[in-house]
Amino acid sequence: MKHTVRAESGRVVVSLEGEIDLDTSPALREVLMAEVEGAAALHVELTGVTYIDSSGIATLVEAFQAARRHGRVFALVAVSEPVGRVLALARLDQVFTILEADGGI
Amino acid sequence: MQDSRHAAAPSELRRIRAGVRRALAEIECNKAVVDDVVLAIDEACQNVIRHAYRGEEGEIRLEIVHQPGRLVVMLADEAPASPPDLLARGRDLEDVRPGGLGTHFIQALMDEISLCSSPSGRGNCLRMVKRLDG
Repeated sequence: MKHTVRAESGRVVVSLEGEIDLDTSPALREVLMAEVEGAAALHVELTGVTYIDSSGIATLVEAFQAARRHGRVFALVAVSEPVGRVLALARLDQVFTILEADGGI
Repeated sequence: MQDSRHAAAPSELRRIRAGVRRALAEIECNKAVVDDVVLAIDEACQNVIRHAYRGEEGEIRLEIVHQPGRLVVMLADEAPASPPDLLARGRDLEDVRPGGLGTHFIQALMDEISLCSSPSGRGNCLRMVKRLDG
């Protein structure tokens, strides 16, 4: 899994690429937890994610809940088809804020 | 179709998934079936790594058999026998919290799940069946 972090318009955007599984989700957790207290909003871009499993979803949930505790906005952006499928399987597609490629819902 | 052994380690999961995709490509399953089986096997392997071997070293044996209209997956380990209700412990999805999703995914993705006799006579064996006709 690769990631980049950029700041724009008062939000931090973490862009992910590759496969998120039990091997790579700890690294994702570190990245998201480091950013969650930062800007007013944290967006996680997922277009480039080709695979995600329950450990990856759990990491997103953990970051979402940490953001909420700190009063931060947390959104998933440009959810790829593999990620969308797994979010729906977990019925979390109705829980997360999901945005189109950085813009509207 | 496939009978392989893997180290029970997170770093092996990517290779396991790729091997399953290669094996399923031989029988021309539709993409949704392939994705379901790959994810279910990944989740079952995670359970073995985390809960059966509890992070200790060990081996996972994966067997996939193509029978008329279905795929039969058997995943065996040599860890101490796990409590028999491990399969029943699903996940209350109303309770949004990290962890516990893997068993729910396996139950949602596969059509039949049961415990089977481990080929080596030791450890645990999980049998999962995916129908190919629907």
